[in-house]
Amino acid sequence: MGEKKKRMAIIASKGTLDMAYPPLILASTAAAMDVEVGIFFTLYGVDIVNKKKNHSLKVAPIANPAMPSPIPFPNILGVLPGMTPMATMMMKSMIKKINWPTIPELLNTCIEAGVRMIACTPTLEMTGVNKDDLVGGVEVAGAGDFLDFALDADISLFV
Amino acid sequence: MDRSQANTILDCKGLNCPMPVVKTKKAIDSMQSGQILLVEATDKGAKADITAMVKRTGNELLEVEEKDNVFTFFIKKIK
Repeated sequence: MGEKKKRMAIIASKGTLDMAYPPLILASTAAAMDVEVGIFFTLYGVDIVNKKKNHSLKVAPIANPAMPSPIPFPNILGVLPGMTPMATMMMKSMIKKINWPTIPELLNTCIEAGVRMIACTPTLEMTGVNKDDLVGGVEVAGAGDFLDFALDADISLFV
Repeated sequence: MDRSQANTILDCKGLNCPMPVVKTKKAIDSMQSGQILLVEATDKGAKADITAMVKRTGNELLEVEEKDNVFTFFIKKIK
């Protein structure tokens, strides 16, 4: 409420469907609470703002013993072909059941609310992703720019 | 409070975090100062979440009631 807005800085480093939600949920909520928000997308996290990929993010069942399953299921079987699409389908149906927005919809909510989004330049370089592949409004910069923003933040999170 | 006192009514029933907070803030932003927004939500966290958002954004929560698992908020837009 004071003169100066509160600020939150988030690093989003994961590119799975489940881990794409936490940074965007926190960002959209903080923006609704009049907090200035910046998300720095790095490594696999860049997929969240990649137009070609962000509507088809996946959940990996392997090495994820918390993944709910309709039947008891040894985790190692997650290596079998078709297990990742199956886990992803299950997660999507759970998301739908609670009326959660999709990742592109939630991103749009964040952008409309003025959340600053930055994609990490070395990741783009490394993966051959162009700025044109990114959702409109996403800036590109490196660690220095994120730190400049985060040094004045009240909350800093690494997801 | 009575529904008829609200200038705007927002239905967030069936929606889960973060949407009730996000939609409530969007509705507040589209209103005039002094107007009253009525929000209905079924998200069990909505009472704490919407209360926090309203307080943090300098608006006023006039009343919250819970009936049949539906929270009804009366929010006065201040700023």
